[in-house]
Amino acid sequence: MPSLDDLRKRISSVKSTQKITKAMKMVAAAKLRKAQEMAEKGRPFSDKMDLIIQNLSKAINDPSNAPKLLVGTGEDKTHLCVVMTADRGLCGGFNTNICKLAKKYFDEAIKSSKNLKIITVGTKGLDQLKREYGQYIIKRITLKDKKKLSFLDAEEIGKQIVELFKNNEFDKCFIFYNKFKNVISQIPQQQQVIPAKIENKNKNDEEVSSYEFEPDEDEILDDLLPKNISTQIFKAFLENSASEQGSRMTAMDNATRNAGDLVDKLTINYNRSRQAAITKELIEIISGAESL
Amino acid sequence: MEKNFNLDIISPESILISEKVNSVTIPSFEGEMTVLVDHIPLITFLRPGIIKVDGSKQNQFFVEEGTVEFSNNTLIILSSTITSLENFKNQNISKIIEESKSQLTQDNLSDKAKYIMSHKIDTLLKINQ
Repeated sequence: MPSLDDLRKRISSVKSTQKITKAMKMVAAAKLRKAQEMAEKGRPFSDKMDLIIQNLSKAINDPSNAPKLLVGTGEDKTHLCVVMTADRGLCGGFNTNICKLAKKYFDEAIKSSKNLKIITVGTKGLDQLKREYGQYIIKRITLKDKKKLSFLDAEEIGKQIVELFKNNEFDKCFIFYNKFKNVISQIPQQQQVIPAKIENKNKNDEEVSSYEFEPDEDEILDDLLPKNISTQIFKAFLENSASEQGSRMTAMDNATRNAGDLVDKLTINYNRSRQAAITKELIEIISGAESL
Repeated sequence: MEKNFNLDIISPESILISEKVNSVTIPSFEGEMTVLVDHIPLITFLRPGIIKVDGSKQNQFFVEEGTVEFSNNTLIILSSTITSLENFKNQNISKIIEESKSQLTQDNLSDKAKYIMSHKIDTLLKINQ
């Protein structure tokens, strides 16, 4: 049985923890609103970009000459995985969920004897992956010192990926990130960026063929595809940062509530042992008086 | 007959313009072009220059690169480096010109990069007048 003093100390320490988690929750809520806004604003850009690429890829007559970024190298040997996580912890299962999905995929890839290359974005993912998959990690990117994510950061990473692709370092590229569904649920996603996914819709075929290209299709694609990769990465950034804040908010809300419960429990314990001590003293006095 | 069409100018951060306009002049990669209503479907990309929008009011934007699609009387301009000319003028343009010029003198530049760079300098000089 802990002494009264111990209990008092514990109660006050839990209370101050509660204050911290509460403050973190409020900060996350404020940041979430901003991140969500940005994610929503960024969506039209990537949607339209997707649309244009879909239209363009339909217009290509000769797939064998098409840019490799669009159709792939034709091989499926080396996979590049970009795992995007947060730079900070205390956000519930956010980082773990991405890593879990990524690890599952890594194991499959290794099993089917594919070469694996990993780029980690964000330090938390690196921490979780480096022990098991350390030898596969070829690049570590951290954006810790960036206050606000801009498109330029995404472009930087996109350029590095395209550079690697041009050097024939890999055949397929996937990005792993959390998709923001709502505050309480974020869905870890695996998305293929190279080669670009082409949906087969035939309904607009006639209309598409009448596009005028200036200069020709190939040159436009050469210009557009690297941009598309940056755009996808930027989209993943935005979704990720909204998810991170949402996840942190929920985690901190739970922590605050748990701390409240704990304080209640400890207070009852404290009061009981105080009462027990008083009763004990009284019994001692009474039995002492009786024995006289 | 309706003489205007939809224009969407979108950057990764926000939608800059989404309205009905009469005409838009864009610095397409192979030369300046003006898009009017009922233009044939078109996909092209941009070199550095100025986009002139003639809509409910006159708007001008500076772009470095971008992608343009026109179909069904909707013009979509996607660019990550687009700023309205008024905001752009507040920056130190002479400094950007100097930087661009020094980049242009580098040897390892491809012809395409040189082409883009020289257009950037031309446009900047024009703005700076």
